Amino acid sequence: MEYLEKNMSQVENGQLKLTNIYKSFGSVRALNDVSIFTEPGKIHCLLGDNGAGKSTLVNIISGVLTADSGEYLVNGKKVNFSTPKQALNAGISTVYQNLAIIPMLSIYRNFYLGNEPIKNNYFKFMDKDLAISTTKQELTKFGVTVNDVKRPAGTLSGGQRQCLAIARALYFGAKVLILDEPTSALGVKESANVLNQLVLLKEQGINIVLVSHIIDHAYDVGDLFYILKMGELAGSYDKNDVSSKLLRSILSK
Amino acid sequence: MAGLAFVWFFFSIFGHEAFLSLSGARSYLQVSSEIGILAIGVTLLMISGEFDLSIGSMIGLSSMTVTLLTINADISMPLAALITLLIVLLLGFLNGIIVVRTGLPSFIITLGSLFIIRGVTIASSKIITGRTQLGGLETANGYNIMAFIFNNDVQVGGVAFPISILWWIILGIIAFVFLNKTQIGNWIFATGASKETAELMGVPVFKVKISLFIVTAFCAWFIAMTQTTTYGGADVLRGEQKEFTAIIATVIGGTLLTGGYGSIIGTMIGALIFGMVRQGIIFAGADADWFQVFMGIMLIIAVLINGIFRKKYVTG
Repeated sequence: MEYLEKNMSQVENGQLKLTNIYKSFGSVRALNDVSIFTEPGKIHCLLGDNGAGKSTLVNIISGVLTADSGEYLVNGKKVNFSTPKQALNAGISTVYQNLAIIPMLSIYRNFYLGNEPIKNNYFKFMDKDLAISTTKQELTKFGVTVNDVKRPAGTLSGGQRQCLAIARALYFGAKVLILDEPTSALGVKESANVLNQLVLLKEQGINIVLVSHIIDHAYDVGDLFYILKMGELAGSYDKNDVSSKLLRSILSK
Repeated sequence: MAGLAFVWFFFSIFGHEAFLSLSGARSYLQVSSEIGILAIGVTLLMISGEFDLSIGSMIGLSSMTVTLLTINADISMPLAALITLLIVLLLGFLNGIIVVRTGLPSFIITLGSLFIIRGVTIASSKIITGRTQLGGLETANGYNIMAFIFNNDVQVGGVAFPISILWWIILGIIAFVFLNKTQIGNWIFATGASKETAELMGVPVFKVKISLFIVTAFCAWFIAMTQTTTYGGADVLRGEQKEFTAIIATVIGGTLLTGGYGSIIGTMIGALIFGMVRQGIIFAGADADWFQVFMGIMLIIAVLINGIFRKKYVTG
């Protein structure tokens, strides 16, 4: 539990502010003067077509990439992440569509990957019993009941994998949760479950950024919508001011 | 496991009764331990998703370096062994750093270092001594200490078992605990299964890989010391093809060539099978050349089974 408290203490709440972000890859300008603001207790949807710059923006937020210019503030403090680990330590956790879970690794080893509970400081022995019982307990909170968490994570369904990744992020102190296409590979029922979990998390004061190209899913749960087009912010809308039909027409224009 | 039982029964039935005796066990365990120690390093590295083809040439280099330093430079053999170890670990580090920095397949990089190391060993040996084989270590300064560690016998039931079997088991247990019980073990599996995901979760994948190249180099050095003390000298060609036999033992033991899955116990069984087949064929009175055929077939069957197993394992 020590490391959990350690992680938590570094994070007050979770407010992100990115202003005038630019990012180019060679001659390709991926992001052109993009600014977004996200706050706890809301679901912010990042919408846009393929190549609109969603992934680049997510990668900058999560520390995979560094912006060429622009300002990135977490809780009002300027940050400059150069690795995903730094963003994680600041309470910003990203659940990637395909990279969230390692199928060959067991469920509990996935849960604790990079945050292994240590029994013996000298030899760095993993506390397997603790890892197994905690993994089970945390998964149950997300409606996933698994008897044997020593099974490879590849045996879980797509929805269960998303829940595992989300449960893990929150357990290790995430205040900001970024989800990259969480429902695009899921069936109707599983999508609904994942989206319901997001609403519950929002109510607990988590700052959620949802990247999706499925407008219906986004509109169902979202509070704020940022629309990216060709690397530029084409607009931001509050749910009260926009219908899903309107969003769709803006996007397809 | 089934493979091991099969091989044992096969040679028990078709082999000579000597296969079943203690001295028969001694014979195949000695072969197994040598390949097994090397395969321990290979397994850890393979689970992390990399290969090292240069370990065989590192054995030749180590045996030549330690002998040259002891005999020609008149350094006490344990100290010479230590200097050799440092050189070999540095080579392992270089292999690792080149692989992770360039992102090129380790197969190619270490194939290159295989030829470089072997070539340098042969050429420098010729320049310095004019020969490719050296002997006379038995009377050298400090040989006794080295022989005590690497070339001792342990008496079991009146048969002298070489100490390398004990080292194999000890190193195997250490590697097993390391891989399955520690944080770094978890990182090794994750690095091999998905480097990208491991990186996103904050695992230092480059450090993991480089360390394992160093561990593999250590195993090569260990075998070189065993061989050098046993034969009392060195040969530039020592360790030839050992890189392949170690990979065979590892793959027969169930480790996936692509990384992310494998076990030390499996590899130890793989090495045991290897030793049994090699000595069993001799006990059975067949020409030893058939050993290669047998191992080749075993390897292909093992890869097929591993592939099927992997699919089942991941999708449930």
